[in-house]
Amino acid sequence: MSHALIQSTVVPIIYLLSTVLFIFGIKQLSKVRTARRGNALAGIGMLLAIIGSLLELGWVDYRWIVGGMLVGTIVGAAFAIRVQMTAMPEMVALFNGFGGIASALVGMSVYWDLVVQQSASGRVYEALGTEAAVAVMLSILVGGVTFTGSLIALFKLQGSLKKGQPILLPARHFITFGLLLAAFVVGGVAVAAAASESVVWVLALGAASLVLGVLLTIPIGGADMPVVVSLLNSYSGVAASMTGFVIGNPLLIIAGAMVGAAGLILTQIMCVAMNRSLLNVLVGGFGVTEGGGGGASDEYTTVTSCGAEEAAMVLENAESVIIIPGYGLAVAQAQHAVRELADLLKARGTRVTYGIHPVAGRMPGHMNVLLAEADVPYEDLLEMDAINPEFKNTDVVIVVGANDVVNPAATKDPSSPIAGMPILNAHEARSVFVIKRSLSPGYAGIKNELFEYDNTMMIFGDAKKVLQDLIREVKEL
Amino acid sequence: MTLGPLLIGIYMFVLASFVGFEMITKVPPTLHTPLMSGANAISGITIVGSIAAATTGAPTVANILGALAIVTATINVVGGFLVTDRMLRMFGKKK
Repeated sequence: MSHALIQSTVVPIIYLLSTVLFIFGIKQLSKVRTARRGNALAGIGMLLAIIGSLLELGWVDYRWIVGGMLVGTIVGAAFAIRVQMTAMPEMVALFNGFGGIASALVGMSVYWDLVVQQSASGRVYEALGTEAAVAVMLSILVGGVTFTGSLIALFKLQGSLKKGQPILLPARHFITFGLLLAAFVVGGVAVAAAASESVVWVLALGAASLVLGVLLTIPIGGADMPVVVSLLNSYSGVAASMTGFVIGNPLLIIAGAMVGAAGLILTQIMCVAMNRSLLNVLVGGFGVTEGGGGGASDEYTTVTSCGAEEAAMVLENAESVIIIPGYGLAVAQAQHAVRELADLLKARGTRVTYGIHPVAGRMPGHMNVLLAEADVPYEDLLEMDAINPEFKNTDVVIVVGANDVVNPAATKDPSSPIAGMPILNAHEARSVFVIKRSLSPGYAGIKNELFEYDNTMMIFGDAKKVLQDLIREVKEL
Repeated sequence: MTLGPLLIGIYMFVLASFVGFEMITKVPPTLHTPLMSGANAISGITIVGSIAAATTGAPTVANILGALAIVTATINVVGGFLVTDRMLRMFGKKK
């Protein structure tokens, strides 16, 4: 078969197949039963896409391509295999950042090849074609923002950057908006500049996009990072799509746009779950009391605490127990211990279910993954709307490492920073045990009224250790 | 009416966006993280662009940028699909 025929017919058909596989893949990824197969289908689609792109090239020097793919495969696989389940959100952020920078690098590479290395005469848009020139600048801008934005999100999720607290520069909206505007102007100038003088503008655009990614992400608190990662995921799709315009490849345009749109919807769903508007999240500064305020009311006054033994005695007579897992459980790797306790209680005839807040853990669904890893039956996990009417008739609630998602202030105190956020109504149960390391505030940075309620007992300590103590005590009953 | 390549591209972009919007409307929260991760792996499709950007062995700036793009895009693709599979394996193993 001639290369011309391969290029004109075989490759486009392969790309079409690949697109269809992506669509089926995402479709199946959204149902529990088929999700794993969906991911595999999308992976096959990606493999086809790579084969297609190699066929499209024909016979070229493959050394750098093969070398690059080899290095990328080893690094990517090493990350994916070694990462702890608890660090999944960080991993998604990191991979997303790599995807973003790849798009920016492709744009930069095409520009360098056609404009700088071939010493193009005339203007940049004449050397590249107007559409491609604009697309190059957009893929650099969006890709660069995605890269540094994702890295900042990663550090914030880890808590290594100011413990995830928002960093608020003076006049930050002005600076950020000004820089965004400047980036567009610089990009425009780069498109219209004489080819021989354009390098400095393109590099300036790259630098501005990297700084912009940082500026856009630092004012946002750690609690909102899932939303940010999801949004950046959408950006990296858009960046890939822009790259598609650069090289005139329909597969990139379509797959990128699909991921961009899907990421946007997912972001919106997460915002709804936290009762925040996307704009509100992006403006940032959540959890920071800007007018002073707070102060004395942040102190806890009437907190009761108890040990595992007392808790076990209450559990002995409980007919129904709801466990509310939070990120603290994930940090302490206590998902197996919690399942063991639940099994013990079930063996004694107690009804045990789990109440999963939409944003439990660090991302929607993160907690489900962790509990599934510990063999917790899928049917025992109840979502917020399903479990909230149950609390009134429940004997004991055990809150493991969760905080803001059970704070009654969200529904009772309209002046609370988390007012209106949907919560699990744990306080309505007869007794509440809160397993927590200390009284330190959660991501929202505010005090939790639940801890002061008469029916609440704190059990201080590492979630895993406390649960193991509880298991021992329950066994001795 | 004849559509130029730019318009065809814009058609594809807009229509594919609608496909993306429609696909995500009904997803159980359980699957949000795996889905985000899977979609993220797909956004590594930019690997196709990066492959076309490093086609000579010559150590030119364009080729080095292209090769870096291949490395980063491959990390995104391989890592993304593997990590998504690891998460989803957890759901599959219930008896």
